[in-house]
Amino acid sequence: MQRIPIHDGLFTDAGALLGARCPDCERWHFPADADCPYCSGERCQTAALSDRGTLCLFTGVNNRPPGYLGEVPFGFGVVELPEGLRLIARLTEADPTKLRAGMAMRLVIVPLHVDDEGREVVSYAFAPDEVA
Amino acid sequence: MSAGVAIAGVGIHPFGRFGDKTVTAMGVEAVKAALRDAGIGRGGFQAAFCGTVYSGVAAGHKVLTALGLSGVPIVNVEAGCASGGAALGLGVEAIRSGRCDAVLVFGIEKMPKGIIRSSFFEPWREQAGLAVTPAYFALRAQRLMRDSDVTREHLAYVSVKNHANGVHNPYAMFRKPFSLEQVLASAVVCEPLTVYMLCSPNEGAAAVVLRRAAGGGVRIRAAALRSHLPGSVLGEHTPMCGLPDDGVPPPSELAARAAYEEAGIGPEDIDVAEVQDTDSARELISCEELGLCPKGGAGRMIAERRSDLGGPLPVNPSGGLLSKGEPLGASALGQVIELYWQLRGEAGARQVADARVALGHTVGRGANASVVILSR
Ligand SMILES: [Zn+2]
Repeated sequence: MQRIPIHDGLFTDAGALLGARCPDCERWHFPADADCPYCSGERCQTAALSDRGTLCLFTGVNNRPPGYLGEVPFGFGVVELPEGLRLIARLTEADPTKLRAGMAMRLVIVPLHVDDEGREVVSYAFAPDEVA
Repeated sequence: MSAGVAIAGVGIHPFGRFGDKTVTAMGVEAVKAALRDAGIGRGGFQAAFCGTVYSGVAAGHKVLTALGLSGVPIVNVEAGCASGGAALGLGVEAIRSGRCDAVLVFGIEKMPKGIIRSSFFEPWREQAGLAVTPAYFALRAQRLMRDSDVTREHLAYVSVKNHANGVHNPYAMFRKPFSLEQVLASAVVCEPLTVYMLCSPNEGAAAVVLRRAAGGGVRIRAAALRSHLPGSVLGEHTPMCGLPDDGVPPPSELAARAAYEEAGIGPEDIDVAEVQDTDSARELISCEELGLCPKGGAGRMIAERRSDLGGPLPVNPSGGLLSKGEPLGASALGQVIELYWQLRGEAGARQVADARVALGHTVGRGANASVVILSR
């Protein structure tokens, strides 16, 4: 089955998230853009982000939100990467009792749904990298 | 010294669900009531500002056209949950500048049921599950619980308190009390938030006539609007990323600081407050951001029942958005009307004794926060 990303420019074919670093304030952001959302610099450079991070905050989404195309329930939270960046992300674990703050997480590219043309649309999520 | 601004009259259409009734019809009712209350009609005001999010093109114009009141400038204002507060700020400025003697400010809304869908989010973000409003609320609730002694019982009690107040509000959508057990046992939407800890989007309208103050009456002492600073991953502007920094001042704090300065008073002077309670945790976060309790003190405030109707600083005596429901564009002006009645001693069974200074607060997507301070 053909696989396509949910949106261009979010991650590489090899499955790394694409962020951008601002040479003016040295801060990272995601998704990548030449404009810096912190200091208005215009020279941010796109680069792959770490695929490991730690979990800061988390919840479970039990009902299908409008427009969402994946399975419910699903996890949702904030993951901090070593670049000094916190990301809002879907989590593979939907049960909050199996998650804890500070838990090691790793990035995964996972199927979201199959589109009208029979292609598998993939998105990114974070999965626990250790036993809770 | 710029001109003082007073409320000359108010009008409200109940918040709830009204079938096929149009948003324009609701606006017409609220505006007519406010103009009647203010004792003015056509030609009695020199500008109109309408807050709304989901009403489409020239929504305020439709309301005033129906009333034969065109001719004055009509400005439609969208600022998410703070739309009515933003409209009020423009009305206050129009009078303070000396350009107008009286202005009409109103808010109207008719929203779809269920989780609020917002064009703010790119379609791919909705499709990927990254645009879930209650999940953002839940993460903020979790952060509050991590950073303070707030418990699930405290969150549940906010809903119990507001629903108990809402029983006495004829303009509220839900006029039924809930027990702590009922709130805790209701379905979990996003841990730790249960369905009774979340407000419902709905329909309604609210209108306020402002006039240049000639002493006395209920005065608008401040109407501040502020947006977010970059960096907070849980900011009201719902960014995709942020910095590892929980210390970025939120827009509500910025707006509160500006409003207190504008009014020349501090949070210790507030007798009654209507604050954003789109979910139970949001009310507690609002109280901290507005300085109505110390940082980290919201758990104690709610545990000691300090924000109850009979407590030293009643919060959301109207029942809040939890019992009124939230028609986005109308909600901030609904608060202002409640506070107007509170300051005039006209709030009936939900009256706060001897209220002299009142604060209204909304904050919404985008992000803007509005803080309004009134006094008598
Ligand atoms: Zn920068």
